[in-house]
Amino acid sequence: MLRDAWAVFAKDLRIEAKTRVGLWQVLPFAVIALVTFAFALGPGKSALSAAAAGMCWVGVAFSSVLVVGRSQGIEREHGVRTAQRLAGIDPAGVFLGKTGAVAVQLAVIEAVLGAGAVGLLGYHVHRLWLLLAASVLATIGLAAVGTIYGALTGAARARETLLPMLVLPIVIPVLIAGVRCWQAASVASGPRFGVWLSVLGAFAVIYVAAGVVLYGQIEEVQ
Amino acid sequence: MKKRTVTILGWSAVITLAATAFFGIVVTPPDVLQRQYARFLYLHPPMAWVAYLAFGIAAAASILYLWPRTRRMAFDALALACVESGVLFTGLVVVTGSMWAHPVWGTYWVWDARLTATALMFVLFLGYLALRRVGGSPEQVAKRSAIAALVSFIDVPIVHFSVLWWNTLHQGPSVLTPGLSSRGVHGAMAWTMLLSFVAFTLSFAWMVARRMELERLRLGGASRTLEEQLVARRAEGVPA
Repeated sequence: MLRDAWAVFAKDLRIEAKTRVGLWQVLPFAVIALVTFAFALGPGKSALSAAAAGMCWVGVAFSSVLVVGRSQGIEREHGVRTAQRLAGIDPAGVFLGKTGAVAVQLAVIEAVLGAGAVGLLGYHVHRLWLLLAASVLATIGLAAVGTIYGALTGAARARETLLPMLVLPIVIPVLIAGVRCWQAASVASGPRFGVWLSVLGAFAVIYVAAGVVLYGQIEEVQ
Repeated sequence: MKKRTVTILGWSAVITLAATAFFGIVVTPPDVLQRQYARFLYLHPPMAWVAYLAFGIAAAASILYLWPRTRRMAFDALALACVESGVLFTGLVVVTGSMWAHPVWGTYWVWDARLTATALMFVLFLGYLALRRVGGSPEQVAKRSAIAALVSFIDVPIVHFSVLWWNTLHQGPSVLTPGLSSRGVHGAMAWTMLLSFVAFTLSFAWMVARRMELERLRLGGASRTLEEQLVARRAEGVPA
């Protein structure tokens, strides 16, 4: 399973590195979303810095829909799905590989948005380890649930509208917990964050496990 | 389920609903604090109970469909019927809750944990219904929907607790004070409330039974020619 996962992970990232769809389309979208939120909130520095964490995570959540859509688009092209089945690749491996590739792309988006928040919105990082831990857990959760729903809607005619409708409500706990952790990371001490890290960890574990168990059945309906 | 059982279920629902309306409007007194608005007690909590029950049964039916040994299209029909009823009742919960909250709390909506979690549950299962309309063979739709129901249902407790902590860690309750929420329900009001739970549960059971029958006919109709369907319809004694 892990060997299959690594093969799919490397294949997806190689395709992204060559086509650069993420770099030229998804990343600019995430930055535009962040800037648009800033325009909506006004130029007040305090309002912007207070909302910076929320703006970043909403940007990441919206971008995740595009990244997942693209990740499943790769599978639809050139009969990749059929080829993987014929090659006997473990569905759980496909799920883990695709989740990993989506997670890497989301991590890049988070890094850019985080830098944007520091540079443009006055967001301060006091506890880098908390920021990184929350980001890693949230990214895995987002990628796992996105990959499950991306595969479920992959063959659908209206997948572009269906995917955000399914993914965005389900990732609300990640959004809440991610924002709280980033807010806690912006001060030297203060708000409790243990419970939010637990939410992110539980979400990631539950949906990675669900994906590993269910992905074989999901592939059957595609 | 037999036709006779469904009919008995339907009439039981009508009678208990009528009794709830009578006791709720005529017999029970208005509340000291909430006055007539306390009568929402006979609508809102039983609807919320039915909504959670519906989504719970839908998740259980989805597991049974996904498990190869217990795979039956009837479980898919049960899950569909439960989610449709659940979405309807969740929508009514949000609407009746807002109607009660405006005069009592002074606002239609607060970002209270329970309210937010219920609203999110409504949106989650709306997605399930949208996914069912994607198309494909009945087996494909059933399997896809079962996975979606399960994935959505897993999220319900996570949403509930995260919204609860989000609210309580961020700020304490500002409208629902402990003094107001801790007041018990007694006497005729308690009995009427209990009756309302029975009435709404019976209504839900009847709706699910009817919807499952409709789904069975739809699937049967899809696999038969028009002539075969007309013959079957005539055999039921219904003029075609």
